[in-house]
Amino acid sequence: MPDRSDREQMVRAALRPVGRGGWRYWSIVVALAALVAWGLYAYSYQLRHGLGVTGLNQKVSWGFYILNCVFFIGISYGGAMTSAILRLTHARWRAPITRLAEATAVAALLVGAAYPLIDLGRPDRMLNLLLHPHAGSPVLWDLVAVGTYLVASLVFLYLPLVPDLALMRDRLGAGTRGLVGRLYRVGSLGWTGSDHQRQALALGVGIMAVLIIPLAVSVHSVLAWLFAVTVRGGWHSTIFAPYFVLGAMLSGVGAVILVIAAFSRGYGLGDYVGPKQYRYLGYLLLALALAYTYFMISEYLTDGYVADQSSGPLIAALFTGSYAPLFWAFTIGGLIVPILLVAAPGRYVEGRAVLAALLVVAGMWLKRFLIVVPGMAEPLMPWDWGVYHPSWVEISITIGTAAAIPLMLMLFFHFVPVMSVHEMEEVESESSREPGAAVLPRRQPAG
Amino acid sequence: MADPAASATAPAQPQRQWTFVIDLRRCDGCGKCTLACQQEHHLPKSFEWIKVFRLQDETGRESYMPRPCMQCENAPCLRVCPVGATFKEPDGVILVDQGRCIGCRMCMAACPYGARYFNYDDPPAYNNPFGKATPEFPVPQQKGTVGKCMFCVHRTESGNPRLPACVEACTMGALYVGDLDQDIAVNGPGETVRLMPFVRENDGFRYKEELGTSPRVYYIAGHGQDLEY
Repeated sequence: MPDRSDREQMVRAALRPVGRGGWRYWSIVVALAALVAWGLYAYSYQLRHGLGVTGLNQKVSWGFYILNCVFFIGISYGGAMTSAILRLTHARWRAPITRLAEATAVAALLVGAAYPLIDLGRPDRMLNLLLHPHAGSPVLWDLVAVGTYLVASLVFLYLPLVPDLALMRDRLGAGTRGLVGRLYRVGSLGWTGSDHQRQALALGVGIMAVLIIPLAVSVHSVLAWLFAVTVRGGWHSTIFAPYFVLGAMLSGVGAVILVIAAFSRGYGLGDYVGPKQYRYLGYLLLALALAYTYFMISEYLTDGYVADQSSGPLIAALFTGSYAPLFWAFTIGGLIVPILLVAAPGRYVEGRAVLAALLVVAGMWLKRFLIVVPGMAEPLMPWDWGVYHPSWVEISITIGTAAAIPLMLMLFFHFVPVMSVHEMEEVESESSREPGAAVLPRRQPAG
Repeated sequence: MADPAASATAPAQPQRQWTFVIDLRRCDGCGKCTLACQQEHHLPKSFEWIKVFRLQDETGRESYMPRPCMQCENAPCLRVCPVGATFKEPDGVILVDQGRCIGCRMCMAACPYGARYFNYDDPPAYNNPFGKATPEFPVPQQKGTVGKCMFCVHRTESGNPRLPACVEACTMGALYVGDLDQDIAVNGPGETVRLMPFVRENDGFRYKEELGTSPRVYYIAGHGQDLEY
């Protein structure tokens, strides 16, 4: 069994940020909240004046909002998929990062799911989707898929949280003020840590880990079909669904690396999150980036070789035309450089993984821009290209929603442990049962 | 403007199957059709429900192509609407219920012809003589919803039928409105032709036929040259 004081130290590290927060914490929270508030103001401005305040027009009628929807739901993906896949493959190094990954998944999904509503011309008629549903529409498929996935992600975040809420109840319950204490009590569902409860929880988490993967795949497939069922050049493609799924995983793993780096630094988890996590997540990023490159080559080679009336002008615009700077910025900066960064052996594992992740996340946003906007701007009647310049409203809402994700995470971890204490214990006891299997960065026994 | 009561009590008309024939040999790109449409529906300048594209061939010679809504038999816009706000009438015309549209613009992404227009801003003020805007005569347009050409069914199917505004305004006689069932079509100057024979004899085609949308608009190719009949 793990050393007792070792466990105590781990619990302390996990609980340290809960309920506290120095000036640094609160100044970041306030700064993020200010950005979110500005985004909300921009949205209220749009609500008052209509979509005319955006840069959208008759030719480019989808822009930032739709691409942000794809982007943020993609980010959410990585969290859920990483956590689920690592659980199912019993990757022990996952234990300190699953909570962060799952929380990121929910926060990013909440943001991503808001975007289709932000994009509506008549948000006041949102309920028509339920009152007059037309099942043949990909928009409706989206509604169903994203809704199901949101519920599943919440359950997937909540289940492993139950023992930790019990821990909070036992440790802090008496000391915390009424509402929070009650949340811990109610939320922990009478957890005592009995064998029966542990088995039930393991089963529940296992089922969710299996379920979340097809759900996540379905969400991004459906998002892809939003584009692929049209006849537009570059959109009408059979490769789109898996292409989107892969892109979502790529950006999601990148986001998980960034979140883990930020929180392990800010919350002092250095003893638990180390080179091992960055190396392995880096490998995951590498595999996904290579696969994405393969998909891209497959897409552009088949389209570009034929270069028919619908895809030819689009590919020309991407490779050498007006979108070329963005396209090559993504291809080189967002794909090739990150691949080299994480593939290279040697030192600075963390720094390279974080830089690669940053480039990948920014690059994947750019890639979504390059999917949505040129696809819209490309002339259907082959004579006039559209233009799109996002307005301050769209930019403000984008920044505000991006800030909402770390803000939600920081507030969430104000109340619950940033590492899953229960899972750390389970993994530790598993690895102590199987000699030589310990892959967690073991601390030197304190005593 | 037709009286709505009159159309309600009018004797039962045969079911029309509305069709357009656009004779590109006659189109000189004057844009009167677009203007007439905008006046008829009180639309701002950026709303070109019938839009005249200006084309240039390799020799630099210009020609023109008016594009109304194609009223596809197999309409992509209709399939993708999440709330069923777009629907098809028995006469083949695709209408939009702007009272139901949520403004997601999926139909605009799906339309292969770019025929749909979103009301980003408030439409010009207008008192609809029918009392309120209907899918057949959606004037004024509703902000935050999508609109498009509907072959002026408020004119063609009123008790006192008139030609669609664009057809009426086309002094070149390039635009014909017709009925597939009766196999007849007529243009602004009043020339009447047998619809399908006219299309076939002149090698008429439907734009982007290969997409399988089965449009209700036939084009007769040409470059604005003078014709002798």
